[in-house]
Amino acid sequence: MKRLPLIFLVATFVFSGCSTWEPWVKPYERENLSDPIMNVGRDPVVASYHHHVFETRESARGAGSVSGGGCGCN
Amino acid sequence: MQQVTAAVLPEERADVMLHSYEGGELTVSGPAILVRKNIGTSTSVFYNTYTDNITSASIDVQISGSPYEESRTEQTLGVDYLTGKTTLSFSYTDSTENDYEAGTVTVGLSQDFFGDLSTLTMGFSQGNDDISARVSSGGDPLEFEARSSIVRSNYRIGFTQVLTKNATLGFGFETITDEATSAPGEETTLNNPYRQYSYQVSGTDNRGFAFERYPNTRTSNALSLRGNYFLPWKGAIHYEYRTFQDSWGIRANNIGLTYVQPISHFVFEFRYRIYSQTQADFYQDLFDREDQFTFMARDKELSTYSSTAIGFGVSYEFAKKGWGWIDKGSLNFSYDLISFEYDNFRDATENVNDGIAAGTESFYAFDATVMQAFVSIWY
Repeated sequence: MKRLPLIFLVATFVFSGCSTWEPWVKPYERENLSDPIMNVGRDPVVASYHHHVFETRESARGAGSVSGGGCGCN
Repeated sequence: MQQVTAAVLPEERADVMLHSYEGGELTVSGPAILVRKNIGTSTSVFYNTYTDNITSASIDVQISGSPYEESRTEQTLGVDYLTGKTTLSFSYTDSTENDYEAGTVTVGLSQDFFGDLSTLTMGFSQGNDDISARVSSGGDPLEFEARSSIVRSNYRIGFTQVLTKNATLGFGFETITDEATSAPGEETTLNNPYRQYSYQVSGTDNRGFAFERYPNTRTSNALSLRGNYFLPWKGAIHYEYRTFQDSWGIRANNIGLTYVQPISHFVFEFRYRIYSQTQADFYQDLFDREDQFTFMARDKELSTYSSTAIGFGVSYEFAKKGWGWIDKGSLNFSYDLISFEYDNFRDATENVNDGIAAGTESFYAFDATVMQAFVSIWY
């Protein structure tokens, strides 16, 4: 029963999209979000290079900001 | 992390970069070029070429081989197609060096919804690698023998959410599987065919060496959390946490923090990142004897270790109001210092060269400097 309020909360969130759901950040309020400095991978040539440097020297891989593949490393 | 704004095609731009990595008596440098151009209003194509010129006398090479020079060239051709709030992506990457060929196909989908406050991304990559090994030390051309083939499959999903007009939060999950098939008569699977493990030579203080043996499959899962925050004085903070585990028993975590600050025509960036991992089940710095186990590895990247990276970048933006066919441009420099400290990988050269008893050598550590200089133009 303790889960019931959570279910209602999720259901409210999901089904509200079918009626009069409004984005809580309006398009005209997104100036800061669209600023290039908010994109940590704003220079793709650097982002993929850093990804390559770390992935070739660490066992961890995946779920990064850059798609992997073809690094020719083992 | 992808920006959360309405779905748009990536910017039309070109980047020309020189990169350099130097550390642990390994030097890797070379050029990279990335060009992206729109075709019509819904299609963007890009081409990327990247070269590593490698000069290595690393600790692995000092133990298991002789210093070498080689070159690796990677090329990617890709296309993004925008339709409504959906972006479909396709790319092919080819990586070529004298003893390693890799080809990777990547497809992706990005969908904006909930008033463009949320973005769902999904992707799949399949790579096919062919690994060979040099069998002659001289002569021209060098001779190579096939050792193994690897099929790599990556499945990833990500979700990014606008929290406020100044903050976004996202997560990513990726599963990667590798499956290797050895060439006839060979034992190489997912390992480097040149690398050797080390064992105690019976009745002596000496290390013996023999070629590594790995499993032929590996599956890993990684989960990441990323956030961006726009500061009141027009700066930005980015943070990242990733946790990782694989079927070889390795557990890893990394956290990162980046601060970006524009000042007039300049953009400054400061980065800090910590990484740590535990060892693979079949890793040992020094095995008790030769052929002690079925799988035996002494790759320092499979040991227990940690690294700390601290770096900065500076960009100078020019022609911000346009110049001829150029919309704007930037000159950029980036520097990182990465310190690696190994908890159970010893400097075996102390045994081989100086006679220090096997298993009592100092633990290995080294610093690496990473630099990039590049020019970008938007058009």
